[in-house]
Amino acid sequence: MAGLLELIEEAERQLTICNACRYCEGYCAVFPAAERRPAFTLGDVVQLANLCHDCRACYQACMFAPPHEFAVDVPALMGQVRLAAYRRYAWPGGLGVLLDRPGITAALAGLAGTLLALGAVAWTRGLGGLVRPHPGPGAFYQLIAYELLLAGFLALAALAVLVLAVGGWRFWRELGGLPRPLRLRAWARALVDVLQLRYLSGGGGGCYHPDPLHPSSARRILHQLLLGGFALAFAATLAAAVEQDLLGRLPPYPLLSAPVLLGTAGGVAMVSGAGGLLQLGRQASPAAGARARALDIAFLWLSLVVGLSGLALLGLRATPLMGPLLVLHLGAVVSVFVTAPYGKLVHGLYRTLALVRERMDAWEVQVPGG
Amino acid sequence: MLVVGGGNAALCAALAARDAGARVLLLEKTSVEWRGGNSKYTRNVRVAGPEYPEEEFLRDLIEVTGPEVDLELARLTIERSRELPRWMEAHGARWQPAMRGTLQLSRTNRFFLGGGKALLNAYYRQAEGAGVEIGYQAEVCALRVEHGVFQGASVRTPEGTVEVRAGAVVVASGGLEANREWLRRLHGEAADGYLIRGSGANDGRLLAQLLELGAQPRGNPQGFHAVACDARSPRAEGGIVTRVDAVPFGIVVNRQGRRFADEGADLWPKRYASWGGLIARQPDQLAFSVFDRQVVGRFIPPLYPPYRAERLEGLADQMGVDAAALLETVASFNRAVDGNVPYDPSRLDRRATRGLDPPKSNWALAIEEPPFFAYPLRPGITFTYLAVGVDERARVLGKDGRPFANVLAAGEVMAGNVLRDGYLGGFGMTIGSVFGRIAGEEAAAGGRAA
Repeated sequence: MAGLLELIEEAERQLTICNACRYCEGYCAVFPAAERRPAFTLGDVVQLANLCHDCRACYQACMFAPPHEFAVDVPALMGQVRLAAYRRYAWPGGLGVLLDRPGITAALAGLAGTLLALGAVAWTRGLGGLVRPHPGPGAFYQLIAYELLLAGFLALAALAVLVLAVGGWRFWRELGGLPRPLRLRAWARALVDVLQLRYLSGGGGGCYHPDPLHPSSARRILHQLLLGGFALAFAATLAAAVEQDLLGRLPPYPLLSAPVLLGTAGGVAMVSGAGGLLQLGRQASPAAGARARALDIAFLWLSLVVGLSGLALLGLRATPLMGPLLVLHLGAVVSVFVTAPYGKLVHGLYRTLALVRERMDAWEVQVPGG
Repeated sequence: MLVVGGGNAALCAALAARDAGARVLLLEKTSVEWRGGNSKYTRNVRVAGPEYPEEEFLRDLIEVTGPEVDLELARLTIERSRELPRWMEAHGARWQPAMRGTLQLSRTNRFFLGGGKALLNAYYRQAEGAGVEIGYQAEVCALRVEHGVFQGASVRTPEGTVEVRAGAVVVASGGLEANREWLRRLHGEAADGYLIRGSGANDGRLLAQLLELGAQPRGNPQGFHAVACDARSPRAEGGIVTRVDAVPFGIVVNRQGRRFADEGADLWPKRYASWGGLIARQPDQLAFSVFDRQVVGRFIPPLYPPYRAERLEGLADQMGVDAAALLETVASFNRAVDGNVPYDPSRLDRRATRGLDPPKSNWALAIEEPPFFAYPLRPGITFTYLAVGVDERARVLGKDGRPFANVLAAGEVMAGNVLRDGYLGGFGMTIGSVFGRIAGEEAAAGGRAA
């Protein structure tokens, strides 16, 4: 793969063509943002790359796409820049290599998580109780002590937040993001862009993955299902905390309780979103690039494991399989936390920051040449 | 029925005929990647509507093209342009706001989301879905017309030449602008210095065929619409990104380093359209737009970076122009600038040169602040005006004024009926869409009657 500097040079070449053409202005934020720039710094290109949602509508519309000698393919190039950027801003720097082998990274993290969970079981009451039904309140905690579980995940979450925050900070500085007023309305608008996944809509005509002949909303819907699934799972965890620590009710909770309903909905959304995206990816043309695909696939499989193990845990919690499923589920969740800064999940951070930056820029700079 | 060509007019004809129930075969000379003719380089269509009355549209047209235009066909085109947005939407078109830098067109023109190629992609998807048969790399090289009635066509394909029979034919295969040899016959050796902005496939073969078959010629055979393009652009298919908008911001000199026209004349789009022809008459069809630091950022930068130097001598070197001549031209221009009138690029500021021939009648700003810049320019031909005559049903007219029954024409091949000279932004797509639809409906109706 080309280095970031070569990619910047190529981006300058292609975006100069785009700026002289401007036909794609209506598709997404990339082209209006490019028009505001007389020249392209590394930060500019990284910003544009993270605005690009890879719907490929511009590529389909481009009369200068290969085989034309101008060979313009903005989404493919932006995808390469994103990959290079994930490595560049990963912290600590050396761990950026984890992004090169996303499948192995996720699997190893999952394995480590599973072993940790097993260790926690052993520490609590010994491994002997692993494959045995645990009826009644506090069933999970008979396997893993509550304090251990809480401390473990708080530590993991704190670590993930810290590492992501450093990466996000490095990214934001590259965009030249400081010093600026906070501009809460720009943040609010960017959040709406995220929730709508506005720029994956191809300007309203749909995204050209997986089928360039039939643009559709499939990818956008599935992505939001997956995102929503994670959000619901998080909400389920919060609801459980309320039940337990405020209302004093120990898990497992009845089927019609908030934690179970939220968790079930989250699991179903996660599994259908991740499964659907894997299916779409299978049909897509190789244009996206093998490395980007590997990053996607690793995270989608991880999401599937998290979702399926969570659902299975719910369904089989009264059986002897509860123990192994809990260990598996916890292992997968650990992998989500550990790989968040070194895998696909990091795109959420950079994209959101790029959208915020774009909303701020659009606010301040009126485009010249009107 | 048979549709020859794969641009906007051809697709409109195929879709309209299919809507009317005809069996349609569309033959495109190029591949899926290159399909779409000149239409793939367009971005908008001019349509009459509540905010753009038909009378104003007609006045705009006559202003650029002159009063000798076929008024009946012009009125028909404009009248039927009203229905275009709805028809286009029904066939997959999507819109976007007028582009930055083209706001003056937002009242009169509708812009395609993603431009002409995106529009054509949508049309092709619709056509395929509706059951139009489409053949690529299928070049119609001869129409067989007996006693004024179209019988069939011979088609060159990668597998060999085949005969296709059809009840009617719509010729929508563009003009002759990419046919170097034909251009050379019309313009002499100067033709070698032209750039072809659009499709390199528009060789005018069927236009020539129709004329041989006795179709009435329309339009000035030597006429073409050409703009100033960067001389370093590809010989064909350079599209929109090769045009240079810098002309009114500086001076333009030829290879001898001399100015030859008023860079501050007129208003867009007339000025935009005139420079192609002006440069075509210069030695080697080459010229240079020269400007300085003061105007950088005032126009859309084209594809290639400009030549750049701290001194005019260095710039002349890069241009391949005699430095003394360029220095003298710039010096006498600078002396002639009337510094008492304020410079205002946003309007006709009347800041002119005095006692200079040719004058620069607006935006005259001394070229004095380094660095200095230059773009090399060549004429970039967008399309040619030579056409076959048609009637209001898109039927090709014979020399005796009687129409061929089942030979129809749409798009550039007949645009000369309503556009004889000059250019009106987005009007080519209007003609292609309106006459494409008319031709398709006519062909379908004829097929049913037969």
